Amino acid sequence: MSTAAATLPRDRADDPGRDRRPGLLALTRVELRKSHDTRAGFWLLLVCALLVVAVAAITVFAGEDHHHTLRNVFNNCAQILNFLLPVVGILLVTSEWSQRTAQVTFTLVPHRGRVLAAKLLAGAVLALLAFVLTLAVSALFTAINPASFDAWSLGAPLLAQSVVFFVISLLVGTAFGAAFLLSAPAIVSSYVLVIAYAALTSILGLDGLAAWTDQSAFAALTDHSMSAREWARFGTTLLLWLGVPLAVGAYRFLRNEIR
Amino acid sequence: MIESHGLTKRLGGRTVVTDVSFACAPGTVTGFLGPNGAGKTTTMRMLCGLSAPDAGHAEILGGPYRDLPNPGRRVGILLDASAQHAGRRGQEALTISALTMGADPKRVPELLERVGLEPRAARQRLKAYSLGMRQRLGIANALIGDPEVLILDEPANGLDPEGMRWMRGLLRDFADAGGTVLLSSHLLHEVEAVADQLLIIGQGKIVAAGTREELLAGAGTLVRAADDDAQLGAALSTAGLAARAHPDGGFVVDAEPEQVGRAALAGGVALARLGPSESAGLEQLFFDLTSGAPDAPPAADLQETAR
Repeated sequence: MSTAAATLPRDRADDPGRDRRPGLLALTRVELRKSHDTRAGFWLLLVCALLVVAVAAITVFAGEDHHHTLRNVFNNCAQILNFLLPVVGILLVTSEWSQRTAQVTFTLVPHRGRVLAAKLLAGAVLALLAFVLTLAVSALFTAINPASFDAWSLGAPLLAQSVVFFVISLLVGTAFGAAFLLSAPAIVSSYVLVIAYAALTSILGLDGLAAWTDQSAFAALTDHSMSAREWARFGTTLLLWLGVPLAVGAYRFLRNEIR
Repeated sequence: MIESHGLTKRLGGRTVVTDVSFACAPGTVTGFLGPNGAGKTTTMRMLCGLSAPDAGHAEILGGPYRDLPNPGRRVGILLDASAQHAGRRGQEALTISALTMGADPKRVPELLERVGLEPRAARQRLKAYSLGMRQRLGIANALIGDPEVLILDEPANGLDPEGMRWMRGLLRDFADAGGTVLLSSHLLHEVEAVADQLLIIGQGKIVAAGTREELLAGAGTLVRAADDDAQLGAALSTAGLAARAHPDGGFVVDAEPEQVGRAALAGGVALARLGPSESAGLEQLFFDLTSGAPDAPPAADLQETAR
């Protein structure tokens, strides 16, 4: 063991970083790092990537020739990721509570709103990375076994909508994570609430309400180029499934007493 | 510089910290002592802005903690060594902290070595760490921003005697170089040797504060008979001196050693020991101060305190 002598306060006057507030960009980079530097986080991201590869492979090697299109492969991969990206988003928040690292994070950055903003930004970056990866893997597998007709058509509007789809999918998770602050309830409710809501509106015959608020409006994003009316439905759906949990989540994230 | 002005916190209808005021000056180590549940952690959490006080306020380096632009570079904090991700490697946990506060992550290996964590241990995930290793990592985490104030909650918890001595040296050197240290403990002997100032808290209130000598002033004289304590007790009472039996034998007498010596001479008792009650007195004082109130903490806590 060494002596402590060298850990002492040195002449610090010449270090300009001492009184510089950590920037949002730096905090976002830290949040990105936290997403994969733990065993659980690393495996979750790896499983996401492997699933995309598996789904792309199955799509082009199974089924009929006319399904082997970039558009179809990409859509299948996006739908499977829609199950896992929310979990990535949830864990960005809840792992800090379950593992109690929030205590360290919030003593280093007492303004919690900045931490939440950094987590949302990190979530958006991860979603963009997922989008790029999915597109690349889909293109690769389509090239290996392309359909004989119209294998490569994937319009710019659909691509742009897909970016939105990935980002929303992940951020809804982050919002649920912040609203529950506990991994298991957040993950379960992010699945169950969607299904329960669709079932309930159907049983109660609230088809009109369902059309404007159930998550089918999200699925349309990767399926086809959306009409203005569909975008309006997307907006109201977004309000319910991202707006509400994010509002609750922000309140709890900022106020929750850290143990 | 750490200042607490009348900090008060109510939790679940119970006031757990009541009007706690103190100041820690640069160049000194302050030992924050009290049994488990006395309010040490709650007070420290209020100092660091993790918990909002119901009354009073705290200042660190001249202002509220949350107003420090980059608190990690000014104040090193260790509130709970176990509050780290079990699946993260030790060196990675420090790197995350360094990056958050804009400190150079290249300092991480050097710091790990300084707190006595081998490179092999640094690469291990925290799940495999013993409490002592977590404490060392937590201390490294507090030091990584090269701060001028240290706030450590029970840092000696889980350290072996050698580690405890190492930590005392580290804190002493930190303070001697102009730093301000506040460390808490429920065990007197952990902080007694290093603290310039002691702050004793019981049931959420500061019950005594001052240097070791100040607290001991008037703590009495410890006296022990060579053969028969009963005979000594009789001699003391004949001389009209108030004495109470010490758990390890002998008596603590509310008088100067000279008076006690004369009383023993008059009673014809040979003495094995005579002197200021010192650490035994401090321990007794700590015990008395923190366990006196009617709603005393559970017996288990007292046992731990007295040990």
